[in-house]
Amino acid sequence: MTASILTVDDSPSIRVALKIALTNAGYSVAEAVNGAEGIEKAKASAFDLIITDLNMPVMDGLTMIEEMRRMPDQMGVPIVFLTTESDEGFKARAKAAGATGWLTKPFDPDQLVRVAKKVLGR
Amino acid sequence: MSDEAIAVFQVEARENLELIEQGLLDLLDRPEDRDLVDAVFRGLHTLKGSGSMFGFDALAGFTHHCETAFDRVRKGEVAATTDLVSAVLAARDHMRRLMEDPTGDHGAAGDVLLADLERAVREADGNAPVAAAPVQTAWRIRFDLPSHAFKNGTNPLALLAELRDLGEARVVADVSRVPPLSQIEPTDHYLAWDVTLATDQGRGAIEDVFIFVMDEMNLSIEPLDASNADAVVADQTGPAEVVAEVSSILPQTAAPAQVAAPVQSSAPTAPDAAEAGVAKTAKPSESVRVPADRLDELMDRVGELVIAQSRLSQIANSGVDTALRAVSEEIERLSGELRDTMMVLRMVPVATLFGRFRRLVHDLARETGKVIELSTDGETTEIDKTVIERLADPLVHLIRNAADHGLETAEDRAAAGKPATGRIRLSAHQSGGEVVITIRDDGRGIDRDRVRAKAEAQGLIEPGAALSDHDLLQMIFHPGFSTAAAVTNLSGRGVGMDVVKRTIEALRGSIDIASRPGEGSEVSLRIPLTLAIIDGLLVRVGQGRYVIPLGAVEECLELSLDEDLRSRGRSFISLRNSLVPYLRLREMFETGTPPELHQKVVVVSTGTERIGLVVDQIIGDHQTVIKSMSKLHSGLPTFSGATILGDGGVALILDVGHLVAKGQQQEAQMREAI
Amino acid sequence: MSTQAEITTAPGWTGAEQVEVLTFELNGELFALHAVGVQEIMDLAPETVVPGAGAFAGAVINFRGKVIPLSDLRVAFGLERGAATIDSRIVVIEIELAGEPTLVGLRTDKVHEVTTLARADSEAPPSVGMRWRPEFIQCLVKRGGEFIVVPDLQAIFNQQQDARQPVASATRH
Repeated sequence: MTASILTVDDSPSIRVALKIALTNAGYSVAEAVNGAEGIEKAKASAFDLIITDLNMPVMDGLTMIEEMRRMPDQMGVPIVFLTTESDEGFKARAKAAGATGWLTKPFDPDQLVRVAKKVLGR
Repeated sequence: MSDEAIAVFQVEARENLELIEQGLLDLLDRPEDRDLVDAVFRGLHTLKGSGSMFGFDALAGFTHHCETAFDRVRKGEVAATTDLVSAVLAARDHMRRLMEDPTGDHGAAGDVLLADLERAVREADGNAPVAAAPVQTAWRIRFDLPSHAFKNGTNPLALLAELRDLGEARVVADVSRVPPLSQIEPTDHYLAWDVTLATDQGRGAIEDVFIFVMDEMNLSIEPLDASNADAVVADQTGPAEVVAEVSSILPQTAAPAQVAAPVQSSAPTAPDAAEAGVAKTAKPSESVRVPADRLDELMDRVGELVIAQSRLSQIANSGVDTALRAVSEEIERLSGELRDTMMVLRMVPVATLFGRFRRLVHDLARETGKVIELSTDGETTEIDKTVIERLADPLVHLIRNAADHGLETAEDRAAAGKPATGRIRLSAHQSGGEVVITIRDDGRGIDRDRVRAKAEAQGLIEPGAALSDHDLLQMIFHPGFSTAAAVTNLSGRGVGMDVVKRTIEALRGSIDIASRPGEGSEVSLRIPLTLAIIDGLLVRVGQGRYVIPLGAVEECLELSLDEDLRSRGRSFISLRNSLVPYLRLREMFETGTPPELHQKVVVVSTGTERIGLVVDQIIGDHQTVIKSMSKLHSGLPTFSGATILGDGGVALILDVGHLVAKGQQQEAQMREAI
Repeated sequence: MSTQAEITTAPGWTGAEQVEVLTFELNGELFALHAVGVQEIMDLAPETVVPGAGAFAGAVINFRGKVIPLSDLRVAFGLERGAATIDSRIVVIEIELAGEPTLVGLRTDKVHEVTTLARADSEAPPSVGMRWRPEFIQCLVKRGGEFIVVPDLQAIFNQQQDARQPVASATRH
């Protein structure tokens, strides 16, 4: 069964880049443009993985992650965030908010797919 | 042997030859890489076998000799020296000739090449054999995870799967912390794991598995040998698994490993069949070969489906049947996904293109006597497969240009204080709905004076006319323009920058050039991601409907009749502090209709320049399946194609680039008139 | 600059004594097309004007999902262009344009029939005294007291296309 991934990013070019790399790797991809839309979409269908940017209008990534972890259905879904930070303290805070892992920007499709495989196990 | 069968063989043989070439080129950089040697050998072997099967006797015979010579490299008796690899590369070219022209007489040339190959092998014989296979170590990995692990999406099964990817593993779960059923919190994690792993990847690879959870867990990674093996056996006894000899994990043996099913998982993990053997070779990804025209047919069908679906939507939305509307929405969603999938199906990474150029640069370096290094970036960037083929020739020409005219000889470079190695850099990346490909060289740059002189000599500009640097460089794209004092064999004649430009524009792309004297030049190509379907904005001008590619649309504004009358003769709209030129499409298309009360201005841009297009009505978004127009109309610069609308009518697609250029012309004229 | 008539995709007068044609009417004149190249005869369809395309192929139509040009032979022959009537039809043919087989729609006032013309009844167009441009005519065929014009479509389309070929376009800025 194809794993489904939700990408959340306000940048259309990042969304296209994520979509193409992940679709080629055999995943099915849905998109949202900010944290609020991300939550709506996650409520409407179950995703196997959520990949999100942090800096977005309306609702940013960390807030979205915190809210999602409060929702009983979303508790166990792996959530990977995109970051330019290499700061360890920042990553710890993101994990405390409920993130599962991260991917540093800029990334290439191979790195992206590797991280997806890593947290999904397939 | 039927023609069709022979054609199939040739297609596969071509691919095989390509792989052999890439492998050999890689071998030049990494002569000790056993996997490369094996891959090249396999390629030769397959070529020999299938060549003989399909009656290509000369090819089979020649390849057999090469295979025998190369076998010595494979066995490690002889090193893959540069001379040897170059000899095999030349031999590979000969194999290609034998494959494409099996009845020709190539015997003499073949003999020479084989003699070269034999000599190279003999000379390489003195060298030390290739390095032995990497060593496998056994490790014991023990780890647990905090109780809240599930709550941030961590999946211990994924971690175990990743460990298994590194090599043979035996996994034992430690269930000692699991509370009685009545007290279990289903969302808490209670397990710990004891894994014995044999891998050649080293400790770093094992630690990498745990990077996301490293700071919240207990993790111990110890190398295993005979002394602590017993301890492992003792620790790993328990009710849920079979105790195997630890030595079974160590190199050279292949006993299957068992995995204990973790208590909390909803589905039990199947026992792993361990992979026998030492070095794990990368599994080739599964794929299906599809003839390209079948894909095109599929694309056409999907295109027609999109059209029919939009008609269905129109009908459903204008009716009152909610059930029909619901189904129509569902079909819209599905056909959108199908369309997206189709687009992805047709995408191939530019690596397939870039790969060819390594050989080209290798040969160019030898021919020009310059030292040239090609670096590439973004090979995984993808582009529509129909586009990729059409890019090959322009890119070859641009690279040749860079090597021939752009880069200086080693002496000139040294005199200029540059490193002797000239660099050509090919990069590709996606930007919005386009792929941007750049060819950069660190050569002498474009000589402005020579360009100017040539342009004046050809009557393209008035002597002494003032011209911006950018415009001057654009002269290079004129037909017949070549500043090379001697038209060298490499760049040739007849294939000029003008042809490159036309080819790129035929792909609805654009080309630009930048250059710094003494430092180098950069040519950038922008190509739309896909030729077939775009998102468009449907508008009405007079009685006709037109589509504007949505990617180029910046915004839409109202233009009241008053403003329209007031701005007669001005042709500029003031948009938030800047003046944007605009075109009244009604006038340009000579519709003969009177202006509407509430016209709209659609502001479009090509990234750097903008123009406003005045239309009578904005109808809405439209998924545009692009239909090309016949030769009778394809020359019209205003339109880049046509599309069929939901009601069966036709809308023409506006070429934004051309319209923006017209706006620029208008602007220039206005400025001169002032 | 009309070119020597190039070989059409239809076999045409390749030494056969008779050829099958479709006859139709334009402005009261009778014309004939090689039946082999005819794809379809359709009722008038919604036309989309192509601004800047010139009068000969000034519009396009949707033909089975393809967008094809709609051309008016009256323009090539300098005839008056009357309004469409209930009998007007579009004849879709396949001809070679710049080396590629292309579908094109032709306006007609009335389509008559598919019939056979005999080579023996044909005459080359006179070079003077005729109101048709001789280079656009393949031949004239006499039948029942009147002449049927067999236009050289290849020549007409090549000329129309060449005439409109844009001169090397100004460089984009």
